[in-house]
Amino acid sequence: MSSEFFIPDPDGQVPTAEGYFGAYGGKFIPEALVAAVDEVAVEYDKAKSDPEFARELNDLMMNYTGRPSALTEVPRFAGHAGGARILLKREDLNHTGSHKINNVLGQALLTRRMGKTRVIAETGAGQHGVATATACALFGLDCTIYMGEVDTQRQALNVARMRMLGAEVVAVKSGSRTLKDAINEAFRDWVANVDRTHYLFGTVAGPHPFPAMVRDFHRVIGVEARRQILERAGRLPDAAIACVGGGSNAIGLFHAFLPDADVRLIGCEPAGHGVETGEHAATLTAGEPGILHGSRSYVLQDDEGQITEPYSISAGLDYPGIGPEHAHLKDSGRGEYRAVTDDAAMQALRLLSRTEGIIPAIESAHALAGAIEVGKELGPDGLIVVNLSGRGDKDMDTAARYFGLYDTDAEVAADAGADDTAEIEGDAK
Amino acid sequence: MSGNIQLLSDTLAAAKAEDRAALVAYLPAGFPTVDGGIAAIKAVFDGGADVVEVGLPHSDPVLDGPVIQTADDIALRGGVRIADVMRTVREAHEATGKPVLVMTYWNPIDRYGVERFTEELAAAGGAGCILPDLPVQESALWREHADKHGLATVFVVAPSSRDERLATITAAGSGFVYAASLMGVTGTRESVGEQAADLVRRTRAAVEPGRTLPVCVGLGVSNAAQAKEVAAFADGVIVGSAFVKRILDADGDEAAGLAAVRELAAELAEGVRRDS
Repeated sequence: MSSEFFIPDPDGQVPTAEGYFGAYGGKFIPEALVAAVDEVAVEYDKAKSDPEFARELNDLMMNYTGRPSALTEVPRFAGHAGGARILLKREDLNHTGSHKINNVLGQALLTRRMGKTRVIAETGAGQHGVATATACALFGLDCTIYMGEVDTQRQALNVARMRMLGAEVVAVKSGSRTLKDAINEAFRDWVANVDRTHYLFGTVAGPHPFPAMVRDFHRVIGVEARRQILERAGRLPDAAIACVGGGSNAIGLFHAFLPDADVRLIGCEPAGHGVETGEHAATLTAGEPGILHGSRSYVLQDDEGQITEPYSISAGLDYPGIGPEHAHLKDSGRGEYRAVTDDAAMQALRLLSRTEGIIPAIESAHALAGAIEVGKELGPDGLIVVNLSGRGDKDMDTAARYFGLYDTDAEVAADAGADDTAEIEGDAK
Repeated sequence: MSGNIQLLSDTLAAAKAEDRAALVAYLPAGFPTVDGGIAAIKAVFDGGADVVEVGLPHSDPVLDGPVIQTADDIALRGGVRIADVMRTVREAHEATGKPVLVMTYWNPIDRYGVERFTEELAAAGGAGCILPDLPVQESALWREHADKHGLATVFVVAPSSRDERLATITAAGSGFVYAASLMGVTGTRESVGEQAADLVRRTRAAVEPGRTLPVCVGLGVSNAAQAKEVAAFADGVIVGSAFVKRILDADGDEAAGLAAVRELAAELAEGVRRDS
């Protein structure tokens, strides 16, 4: 098996030695973490050229995660999207139910190489936390997961999963009590316990080398998708679409297509209640360059550099930052970024469920809503790959409340104003 | 108008001449209110502090423990702005003639503009800035403007800093070096880390021969006994959370809070005298 699964194409976009993608990235960390972050960079460089590391990771990806993941064509769904051909890259079928496991297994192997015995991680939707808890169970590592208190409530199923796997889950009560605050708390833990602890960062943000390393571990998504669509459709897609919170599943899909200038790379950000309402987490649409969690990128902030509280119905996208490589792709024009509201995402979630029998995560539903728009723009000749980054089991409580699926609280649905269901024929509502 | 880096250096040298460590106190601006914060700083100087660091409250204080997080939160909910931080520096300095620095995360300065920030801080009589999350390799623009305006650039070093990093950091820094006594965030501790003395020794060894760059120790120091312990090997003792906690404990009683921080400053000022 080749090492294409995680080694970046040397012709691809590589950050500078200081970790910059254009004007973005770098390493804005306290001195106490410099040695640890440098150790990660050095060890990752060694691992990249070690055939044994590649062999082990590839073995895990095939026989534990279940790679390659399927590419599923969804014609009934596409019928609502202008008739373009739409194929879903099924990261939801990976072990643990999302793309997150790709990065986690890579970093877990790295943790073991560094001789560290404890792993900490942040999580929003709980998918990265579950994947991390899973790898720690597999490798026999101590595991502590930081999760905003708001998110422990809306993703309670994943909290139970992490605890079942043996991880300690800490509900973070500071700030907006969501993903940003979980990351703050994880950094505080890391500074204090860095000797034996690896911070298994879950997205393509953070200080160098995390944006490049996490991307490399997810690059397999696009490598497989590109090969699969060439086999299935005989040509490259017009667009590759993914949701973006921190940006890991999106960069994983996009990266293999970067040299293909005719493939549009489209990221869908969470517009929450609408960008104009201020209640959103659309960082590239509405943010300004700044520094958050160790790197320079776009940030949702006020005019004096205070980070503003984000909002999204999706816990995994509810973050006021974005990976620096996305910031660079936006500025260079190679990436396009659109904002998708809660309502549009929820409608897309239900549409895919009812037309194809696939319940997506609310995060991934943002990409599906984007695909409906892009499909209508492209028309019947269009060909689109969407990254279905995760499955929706964890979101059933949120969705049931949104759509009034519980027998006892139909009134909740009325509050949510979720009654524009005309698009689905024979809808129950 | 030029900033007060010289006043800072003179103050630290004067403490050394008295064969004692300097007492450096930290309080956030806007806590519990802007005027209350200014009064607290004056009280701390009155109690015997040599230098004060004014914290610029931040929404995401990643390097701070629960005490300073709470204070930042109160200040931000009260609407504190950078103009209020500048006013705090100005009034605290003008009332006492003592050196006042700002301690801040990097993003507020990055967003506000380095040029504008350094100009305003110097005009307010500030002595410099402590920048705990600005690594030395990203600091060139800041240092250019800080030098132009007579402001000190105080970097933080940690027990994990290797000797070659210490050489780079001390070469780029000015005013003093902030040596973190332990690996962790701000907050009071039972004991000061054993690593502190070794870090101070290694940091001093890293300073170019012939150059004077005092090394002050912070993180975890909260009482006179700890201050005395640190004063035995450091040029300055930095205390933050313990002051903030006194004001939080006063629970809105401003006079009680001021009395408490004045009293703590006096105890600590006694502690930093090596002969006491």
